Amino acid sequence: MSGGFWSVARAVAWRNIHSFFTNPAIVVPSLLFPMFFFTAFAGGLSRVDQVPGFDYQSGYTTFVYGFVLLQASTFGGIFTGFSVARDFESGFSRRLLLAARNHGGIVGGYWLAALTRAIFTVSVITTVALIAGLDVNGNAIDLVGLYSLAVVVNAAAMLFGTGIAMRLRTMQAGPLMQVPAFLLLFLAPVWVPFDLLTGWVKGAASFNPITLVLEAGRGFLAGDPTKVLPAFGVALLIAAVTAMWARGGLRSAERAA
Amino acid sequence: MRRATLLVQVGVLARRSVVRTLRQPAMVVPSLVFPLMLLSINASGLDSATKLPGFPTDSYFQFALAIPFVQGALFSANSAGTNVASDIESGFLNRLALTPLRRLALMVGQLAGILALGLIQAVTFVLIGVAFGDGIAAGVDGAVVIVVLSLVISLAFGCIGAFVALRSGSGEAVQGVFPLFFAALFLSSMALPRDLIETDWFRTVATWNPVSYMLEAIRSLVIEGWDGEALALGFACAGGLALIAMLAASAALRTRLVRT
Repeated sequence: MSGGFWSVARAVAWRNIHSFFTNPAIVVPSLLFPMFFFTAFAGGLSRVDQVPGFDYQSGYTTFVYGFVLLQASTFGGIFTGFSVARDFESGFSRRLLLAARNHGGIVGGYWLAALTRAIFTVSVITTVALIAGLDVNGNAIDLVGLYSLAVVVNAAAMLFGTGIAMRLRTMQAGPLMQVPAFLLLFLAPVWVPFDLLTGWVKGAASFNPITLVLEAGRGFLAGDPTKVLPAFGVALLIAAVTAMWARGGLRSAERAA
Repeated sequence: MRRATLLVQVGVLARRSVVRTLRQPAMVVPSLVFPLMLLSINASGLDSATKLPGFPTDSYFQFALAIPFVQGALFSANSAGTNVASDIESGFLNRLALTPLRRLALMVGQLAGILALGLIQAVTFVLIGVAFGDGIAAGVDGAVVIVVLSLVISLAFGCIGAFVALRSGSGEAVQGVFPLFFAALFLSSMALPRDLIETDWFRTVATWNPVSYMLEAIRSLVIEGWDGEALALGFACAGGLALIAMLAASAALRTRLVRT
């Protein structure tokens, strides 16, 4: 493997996607967890939309879908970081760094894999959500906005996880990838709109950039786009910062190879 | 090993199991931190749900305090299974099988570490509940009953973890079953009382799910005081599950020792 960016990226992506779809131990958890969250929240908490002040018109299933879409996109990226770490542990990445001329293509390949994983997971969850009563009031342009936002978040999460995996080069770095992502997601208005949050979570959510992304996503679903520019601005900024983080990780891995 | 009495055999293995569990911070810390983190986030994030007509308390923290006890027990299942699987994979169980050790001693000894972990979890969660919430409505006696019930729940899930490990002989299989335990928690009356769950299929699943009754028993002591029916159902579900899982684990142990 000695070609340019795209040939390296295609090879890395193909290997990663192949191992994702042929290994139930990888594919099942990535589907199960968002599914648990969706069924538990949409089913178990559906009456929360009757709380005074709950003003989301498309219903609780749609409200929860907005969060689960974001979660699936994020963890599609984070779990790809796990794959990077596993490749370093097995020695594959070291050989890859020696063989591939364009190292940027390696990160590009992992991004394509993360995107494929997220598309797969989101497709399954969307199908389940539609059966469960997902009520999409947004038009085609809103949906393009919604899923574009998900793609940017997925890329940012993948770049963050890859940056950690390339620096530490061990699966034991898993919690370092998962915990910040988990905290950012859950310190946003997950179950109720921002105005109904109370206590310290409300304070945290007001500073959390993911709050903007989540509210914009839910706005697209309801056909009432809200905070679109700030949400894309924040998402792209996070993606840019994590891209630099991943680039630093790649340099660190190159030095160690 | 000399011809030791059953009690001595249990004691030796229990000590090993307790020391082994407590010496692994990776086993103890997440089982305390994650349930508390979820409790803290839920308590703030879902406090407005207490405004729903019929909600049993005006503090979601009090309502959600029952969750860490069961969630902690789920971690116990994982720990018990992983420990037993590691004994199988390392050949320790095979070596034990060559000694005159009784099967009962092996079973009880292996689960002692999980009960120790369960005790630490339950006491911590009760103290957190008292420190940050409105206390336990059933008082000190109620807190003791919560700890006892929590231990029975830990034993039940620990036995399930041990059963999976003994049947499969693989730590990976135990990890693979872990999400199913979480499904049991998520598909229960964890987030809202059953009579406030609007979605029919979810309410039906939660009604058939024994985890709902374990949560409701603890919740009754925290919020209402003494509720005989809730306690009876909670202890019956946890005890029944513990008994079934222990019998299944014993049978799996017998099969594994025969194979050895």
